[in-house]
Amino acid sequence: MADIIILVVKIILALAWLLTLTLFLTWAERKESAAMQDRIGANRASVLGLRVFGLFQPFADAIKMIFKEDFVPSFSQKFLHTVAPFISFFFVAVTIAAMPFGGTVRIAGRSVTLQVLDLNVGLLFVLAMLSLGVYGILTSGWGSNNRFALLGGVRGAAQMISYEVALGLSLVGCVMAYPSLRLSSIVESQGELLFGVLPKWGIFLQPLGFLVFFVAALAETKRVPFDLPEGESEIIGFFTEYSGLKWGLFMMTDFMEIIIISCLTVTLFFGGWQVPWLAAGGFNFPWGGAWSLPGWLVTVLQVGAFNLKVFFFCWLQILIRWTYPRFRYDQLMDLGWKALIPLGAFNILATGLAASWLK
Amino acid sequence: MIKALGDLMEILRGLAITARHFFVNVFFRTLNAAGVKTRKAGTVTIQYPEQKKALASRHRSLHRVTAREDGSPRCVACLLCVTVCPAECIYVEAREVPDPEIQKVPSRFEIDLSRCCFCGFCVEACPEDAIRMDTGRIELAVPDRGQLRRRLERPGD
Repeated sequence: MADIIILVVKIILALAWLLTLTLFLTWAERKESAAMQDRIGANRASVLGLRVFGLFQPFADAIKMIFKEDFVPSFSQKFLHTVAPFISFFFVAVTIAAMPFGGTVRIAGRSVTLQVLDLNVGLLFVLAMLSLGVYGILTSGWGSNNRFALLGGVRGAAQMISYEVALGLSLVGCVMAYPSLRLSSIVESQGELLFGVLPKWGIFLQPLGFLVFFVAALAETKRVPFDLPEGESEIIGFFTEYSGLKWGLFMMTDFMEIIIISCLTVTLFFGGWQVPWLAAGGFNFPWGGAWSLPGWLVTVLQVGAFNLKVFFFCWLQILIRWTYPRFRYDQLMDLGWKALIPLGAFNILATGLAASWLK
Repeated sequence: MIKALGDLMEILRGLAITARHFFVNVFFRTLNAAGVKTRKAGTVTIQYPEQKKALASRHRSLHRVTAREDGSPRCVACLLCVTVCPAECIYVEAREVPDPEIQKVPSRFEIDLSRCCFCGFCVEACPEDAIRMDTGRIELAVPDRGQLRRRLERPGD
């Protein structure tokens, strides 16, 4: 019984974290893009005259979206049209279950992992769910019964196929380096030290793998340099026929994908919740000297470090989205099949050679 | 290979430029929000209703009819402005006055702002310097269409 309560609380907390971050990421995107372009950005939404840098903007947007007409075109396939945004949303939201937010804490004599589900194939689970998300796009394209929506859906599927391969290949090296698919044990082994100084983070073990993974993951989020399924200046994309909250679900899925990709990048390549040189008892600096901390403070630091790293990668992805123009379709395919996949394969080879040489 | 690496460097350089803009702007805005006066504002935006740009001296804004020393309008109802107006938005009704120097004044001088294109021809056509567009009023929105027909025969309105 207690286990079930703990699980439910963990699910609620993880979802609340994800959705709150999604909400404020829409604000962050508007403010960050504005700052990059010497503008101010959303700052007018106010509650009782209180503006706080436009932080109420997401709520205003949400209210607007809820009260808009939920229009279903007469020519669309009603069921597919309705179910598509929920498919998209579900398969992204469910991946948060596998993300380790922190280590194990002891609450009332019971050890609780700060992770909803510690799957032994956590990495495969996340990848599978992220790829299944493309069904939402395909379904929306097909169900809308609109040629531009269908084009968007087909483009989404083609892009997903080409980038899924590169994404998988880039992570094989990572799995070889930390011989595990369990995300929590990958993070734990990143707490060790490399040459006694550097934290054993994935970025130091797999720099090429990180590059390939990050580019492929950007393509996975379907945002601007890779926003072929949407392509707002050529075809309006797979959500052409959507309005109101269903369109909002697609947009939220985009932002949630940013967060999930950030979580995954941090977990695999940037030490997850590990703080450099922080062990369970406190800091142990490689240049000598230790700094012992109470257990709760270590946990707080670790969860804070995870959040900070995730925020940084959300920031970086927004920066990339507002810097680069969109790829042409053939350039996108070239990059996927001719650059990323050979690089990913080479990364596996190099990792294998390095591993056998070090042994 | 070398070319690909060069391309990658250019891509990263683009990222550095936008990131620099971001950090510089955020830095100056943080200082400004904390109340520190800086030379740069960190933005090019003018927050319109609160901050206003000064109008150019030749800016054509809402019309006014100028007055003589005794307060009566300079207009002698010669209808030159009515004739020259390309939007046909001026309507003048004349009334006789005994003064032989003036002879006529407008009993009605009406400009329909919903038609006016603010070309300033009426100002240039006026032989008496009786109409000018220098009030500096540019916020002319009204809730009711009828209010756009403005009566100007009394100077100072």
